[in-house]
Formats: sequence, structure tokens, C-alpha cells
Amino acid sequence: MIKNNMTLKIGGEAGQGVESSGAGFAKALARGGLHLFGWQDYMSRIRGGHNFFQIKVSDRPLYSHSDEVHLLLALHPETIDRHKDEIATGGGIVYDENLNVDHDYLKEKGIKLFPIPLLKIAEETGTKIMANTAALGATAGITEYDFEHIASVIRDNFVKKGQEVVNTNLEVARRAYDLGRERYAADFDFKLETVKAPARMVINGNHALCLGAVLGGCRFVSAYPMTPATPIIEWMSTHADRYGLVTKHSEDEIAAICMAIGASHAGVRAMTATSGGGFSLMVEALGLAGMTETPLVVVEVQRAGPSTGMPTRTEQGDLLFMIHASQGEFPRIVLAPGSVEECFYAGWRAFNLAEKYQCPVIILSDTFLANSLRTVECRDFNFKSVELDRGELLTEEAVDQLSEGYKRYAITDTGISPRALPGHPNTVFVACSDEHTQDGHFEDEDPDNRIQMVEKRFRKMEVALKEMRTPTLYGPQEAEFTFVGWGSTYGPVRETVDRLNEGGNKANFLHFTDIWPLPEDKISHLLETTNHIIGVESNSTGQFAKFLRTYTGRKIDHQILRYDGQPLSPEYILTKLQVGGGDHG
Amino acid sequence: MANIKDYASPVRSTWCVGCGDYGILNSLKQALVKMDLEPHEVLIVTGIGCGSKLPDYMTVNGYTSLHGRPIPIAQGIHLANHDLKVIVVAGDGDTYGIGGNHFIHALRRNADITIIVQNNAVYGLTKGQYSPTSPKGFPTKTSPPPTGAIEPPVNPIALALAAGATFIARSFSGNPPHLTDMIVAAISHQGCALLDVLQPCVTFNRDHSYDFYRQRVYNVEEEGYDPSNREVAWEKSSEWGDRIPIGILYMVEGKPTYEDQVTTLKSGPLVKQGLRSWGESDYEALEAEFT
Repeated sequence: MIKNNMTLKIGGEAGQGVESSGAGFAKALARGGLHLFGWQDYMSRIRGGHNFFQIKVSDRPLYSHSDEVHLLLALHPETIDRHKDEIATGGGIVYDENLNVDHDYLKEKGIKLFPIPLLKIAEETGTKIMANTAALGATAGITEYDFEHIASVIRDNFVKKGQEVVNTNLEVARRAYDLGRERYAADFDFKLETVKAPARMVINGNHALCLGAVLGGCRFVSAYPMTPATPIIEWMSTHADRYGLVTKHSEDEIAAICMAIGASHAGVRAMTATSGGGFSLMVEALGLAGMTETPLVVVEVQRAGPSTGMPTRTEQGDLLFMIHASQGEFPRIVLAPGSVEECFYAGWRAFNLAEKYQCPVIILSDTFLANSLRTVECRDFNFKSVELDRGELLTEEAVDQLSEGYKRYAITDTGISPRALPGHPNTVFVACSDEHTQDGHFEDEDPDNRIQMVEKRFRKMEVALKEMRTPTLYGPQEAEFTFVGWGSTYGPVRETVDRLNEGGNKANFLHFTDIWPLPEDKISHLLETTNHIIGVESNSTGQFAKFLRTYTGRKIDHQILRYDGQPLSPEYILTKLQVGGGDHG
Repeated sequence: MANIKDYASPVRSTWCVGCGDYGILNSLKQALVKMDLEPHEVLIVTGIGCGSKLPDYMTVNGYTSLHGRPIPIAQGIHLANHDLKVIVVAGDGDTYGIGGNHFIHALRRNADITIIVQNNAVYGLTKGQYSPTSPKGFPTKTSPPPTGAIEPPVNPIALALAAGATFIARSFSGNPPHLTDMIVAAISHQGCALLDVLQPCVTFNRDHSYDFYRQRVYNVEEEGYDPSNREVAWEKSSEWGDRIPIGILYMVEGKPTYEDQVTTLKSGPLVKQGLRSWGESDYEALEAEFT
């Protein structure tokens, strides 16, 4: 018997409730003290197609999914066709007994079949839409998981619909649970068992970022819906009244970023969220924020491009774009969190950086990170640890004391000009998108003024550089080879390192989250101690490898790249490693 | 009491002698003084073009932004601090061309900002190309003879009406008293106010000179026009030729602004609400959502 170490996969058509079932089961697992890594995969359509929700379960913390599946819950036949080859030895499929399934083929492959009259139970007890509830009940029964955890999630999910709906769903789940357990539990080796554990949250990258942002004082969010960033403006909008936010679903992404710039100019912590296509539209205004020294947070959740690309698929194809986007030269900060915890911290830290350095801060996420759920200890999501630093923002009292002649763009040693908000008689000023004088007047010609202002703006980056974080080292100090990754590669590479090191210290891993500005000297020094570097990225050209070489001179020895729209997994990395370290860099 | 001198700027204008922008600048200052608004209580957002340098020629809070983008920036500012009088001043290219989408949506959502358009029917700063309001056949370097501009012009009044505007007015920069009154009316309006100002470009648009407009404009108010009647406004919106109507062409009062309907703003301007203080019950609620 294998206890608390398996992967479940729920698959169905869009509209069949794959996501809600997956999220519900994930919560039930977390409430039983289990760790999980959940990955939601969907197609760009409202009905039909094929979606799945994959949950890896363990009694130790998980940082990535695995390709192997132990129990496949098929809500439609295509789930079986697509995923039958992922089923591990001893694994099985749960499905409605009336589903058209090629039993002979599956049996020949040694896959265990667990047909259950899901629809019949649902219809007999309640209505047919409760078939998903039956499926979850059956899954829990076959794995002999404590029914109470499933019941508690059902209660929470249906409480708004009234006690009768709750009771009917509970009965449906119970019947399917009992049937699944009675008929198949003895024949299935993978079991789930409650573990005593501290309280844990189940959260994905998008929502972790939202929590970080609101606790970090974000008060204004303007955005235009674009997969996979949409859940950010949705979450913010549904929580706006509760947490004192103003959100604006704008007419386009240009308006979204401009509204955020306006709100920030007026003194409110403001952000926008989009994906690469929307960001492309925002680029000119990004430069405006740079030139007018307006603090701004932009979340860019990458998806497979270019153009509309593969809307629901993952890629890290926008790295160099983020560092260079917009005409001209201006300071910016780019953060690439790699886990849900890092999304939370980036969510509030970005606002501090934006206000301290009065510049745009880009948080670079991607589909995989945005949609990946993980269990995290509540204490690791320490809400009280959020620090707010508004930089050189002049207080009302300080502005009262000012005599005439406030200079919004005063030349200072740090390049940071004390910032006043519009609305006070002592600080009437113009924020100017043309090159300007210290007091904000147009100065499109004067070369000396130009040099002074360019240098002033870039001095801010020299200060910011001091607080940019060097990559975290995972694994032993010394190793045969070193993985280098950034952003969402964190989980899959970390798990890969763990597997490789089961037999000794083979590999370690440098994980980059603070991308720009890059503390070149410190990183060059770090890279000196490495032997053989393997770059891992979800793109086809090895953008980070190029970037690292440009700024540190260090060539990545080998690259493992993935650009089929699927997330990296430990299996993928290990396979590429075995065939010779991947593509030459 | 606000004084016209408070709005004076040390910066010398780069506008041509006789530019219609002067009339708009002067009337805007007059209007703000008339409304007893101090420079710190006002924020002017402009786009790009000759006229968009206007905040530099006043002492006032300003944000000179990008071509086509002053309207969303103004909305962001106003959503964050609705104590400020937020006024967009931008050209016809800015507002009806590159920023046309923002124009339509600001009007339909009744954002509580004022949009003053310096409509000279030509691109001046880029030195004389036809604009969204240039008449059909208008000859410029990008619309050369013999055809001149092939497409008919945007009708800003009809466009605003169709978009659901609650205040639409037109004035003429060669009639400062009327322009001042219209600016006061536009700023005083609760909701999104469009003031289209006919403005000669003395360098690149000789067709639309001061004389051209003086001979044609008439004040609708003097003819007993009722701006509250939408049907009549539709008709009036297409009147252009020997007679060009100026004045308030459409106005509906009492319609809630966008800002009025945002729950969070009922507690006062967002910026004045400060950073939120978080309590145990908030932490518990956030945690509960994900456990």
C-alpha cells in the first residue's frame, strides 16, 4: 500500500465543472493535513474541448506536479483517450458506468477500471448536476480518504444555496463514497489518510499576488480581461467593497495602465494586470510612468505568444521584452516570483519599490504559476509581516512647512526627488512627459538639462540595485552541476534537484527572482563557484541565458528549454538531462 | 478668493501669434477664477500637440501625458481624488482620433471630468496634416490634391450624443466671454462634460480662420434653444455650414456620475482614506477563503 503519495487527475469538457471539482477536492485534501500541488489546464473555449485539473498529493511539501497519474477521474471519454498513457503501474480510472470506454485496451495495459453509476446516484438522490459530487465521493471512497473532509467542503460550497441542497449533495457523495469503497478500495493500492498538521491555505499564484497587493496597500486596480491574468481583476473586484478598493475594468489595456498611472499620480497605490498582448498595448504608457516618475505596478502573466499565441498555455517568452519595453531609457524594476509564497511577497514588495524609486515595477508571472495551487502553511503567508514603505513621499505636515518653489523633479544625490501629491497650495506642479526641468516645465532642447535629468533618473537604479536580491541557492553549496532558472521554473527544478540528489550531491540550483536591475558583480561572483551550468527555461531561445551572459559574461553550458505550451516538470527535465543536457547554449 | 494672477506662468508660450489656443488659455483662467477655484484645487491633463503645452503656460496642477491618453489618465486621477477638479485639454486628433475609444467610454460611463477640445481641424505640431475633423476634400501633405481628405469628418457632437454624453457644448476661441461661460458650465456639470472649441490654426488651416467662424457661429441660447431635448439635439448636431451653432447643445442633469456609484468612494476621496489598517478579522477572512 502506498500512503499519501499519488496524483489525481480530473478531466472533462469545459462547462462540466472540472475546475470547481478539482478545487473542491484540493481543499478537502488540505483540510486533511495533506500537501498538494494542483495544476489547472484549460482550453480557450467556454463549452466543450478538454480541461483537466491535476492534483499531486503528499505528506511532504510539494513544489511541482509530476507527469505520472495514479487515479484518473474521467467526466468524458476524451479524458481517457488523452491521459491513459500517463497512468502509472497500479493506477486506475474512475468513470460513469455508462461512459463509452475501450475496456479491452485499458485492461490489456494493466489499468484498473472503476466504473460507478455516478449519474444514476445523482439522479436518484438529487439532480444530474450532482454527478460531480458523486465522482468526488467515489474518488474519496476508493482511496479510503476520510469522508468528513469531503463533507466539510460540500457544506461550505453549497451553504449559500440552502440546507436542502447541502443535504442532498452530502447524500449523493456518501452513496458514491460507500459504493466506491466497497467495490474497489481493496483493489487500489494508493491511499489517502488524514495527517495531523497546522492550518494550511490552498492558493494559486494569481490569488497569492492579490493578497500581497491588497495587504501592501493597493487601493486601485484597472485592467482589461486577458487570460491568464483575468482572475486578478476578478478577485480584486469581488473584494473591492470589503477591502476599500476601486477597480476599473477599462475599455482597453491602454486605458488600464493610464488609469493606474493617474490614480498613482494622485497618491493611491495602483496597479494593472495583463498578459503579453495587453502589455504590448501598455508599452508607451510604461515609458510615461518612467518619464514622469510615477510609481506603478504592472503584473504581466505570460502566456505562449507571439500575437494571440496559445491563450491558455504557458511560456516564459516575455523576459527580454519586459526589460527593454518602451522607447528610450528609463529606470524600471522587474520581479519574477517563482512560487505562490514569492507571489505574495512580490505583491506587496512591488509597491514599496515603485514608491521608493518612483518608477514602474513589473511582476512577471506566467500561466503555470498563475494557475498552480499549492498548500502553504498559514504562518508562511504571514499577513502581519507586510511592511509598507512609501519612500520619499512628503507628508501633509511636511508639505505645510514648504516655502514656495517646490520642485517635483529636484536633482538629488540619490536621484529620488521628494514627491508631493497634487492638491496642496504649496506644491502645485506639472508632471511632464516631455523632458522637463526640475520644476516640471517642458525642456525639449537644452542638452545640459537633458544630461542632468537622464543621470538623475538612473541614479535611482544605483540605489535600488543595493536592495535587489541575489538568486537563492537550493541544494548543496558545491555540486557537479548547477541549474539556473527564473520565475516559475522554481518548483520543477527544485523537485528535479531533490530526485537527483537522492544518491548524493549531484546538483544544486540558483533561482532568480529579482531580474532587473541585476546586481552583476555579486552574481558574477556567485557563478564563479559553479562547475557546469544548465539553464532551464520555458521558452525556445533561452532568454535568461542570453541575459545572464550579457551582464555577467558567464555562458550557460547547456540549456533545457520547453516551448510546447506545457509546463516544465521534473520528468521532462530529467529526460532532457539523460539525452545529453539538452540544447547547446 | 482666487485671482487671475495666481494662474500666471513664467514660461513663454511657443504658440504662433494669433493661435486660437491663447483664447482657450485665457478663458480657462477666467473661468477658474470665476468659479473661485485655486490652482491647487484643479488638475489639467493634456495629450500631445501645440495646445497640450497649456499647463506649462499656467500655474496649476498638470499632467502632460501621451498622445490620445489624457482621458484615461484624468479618470484615474479623479477616481483616486475626486476632490480635485480634473480637466482634460486636448486637441481634435488627441480626442477624436487616436484617443477616440477613451472618449466614447468616458462619456458613456459619465466619468466626472471635463473634456475641453482644442478643435482646429488640422495637425499643427506635426506641421499640417489633415485631422479627424478636417472637412472632406481638405488638402494637406497627407491628403494631397486633387482629392484632398477622402473621408468625411468626425461629428463630435453627434458622436458624444450617441455615446450617451450628459453635457455637450461648443464654443469658439474668438469669443472669449462665451467660451468662459461654456467652460464654467462644463466644469460645473456633474458628470462627463464635452466642450468642443472651434479654434483657428493660423499657420496650417487658413480655411478655418477667425473670419470664417465669426461669419457663421451663432449662440443657440439667443434662439431659445432647449438643450434638454435629445431629439432636437440630434438635429442640431448635424447643423454645419453657413450657420454653426455654439452654446450648450445637450445637457441632462441629475444623472449619477460613475464615481457616485463606486461603493468605496462613498467614504470620501480614495487618497484621503489613506492606507487601510488591517485587523484580525480581516486576516481571518482572507485566510478562511483559502483554507
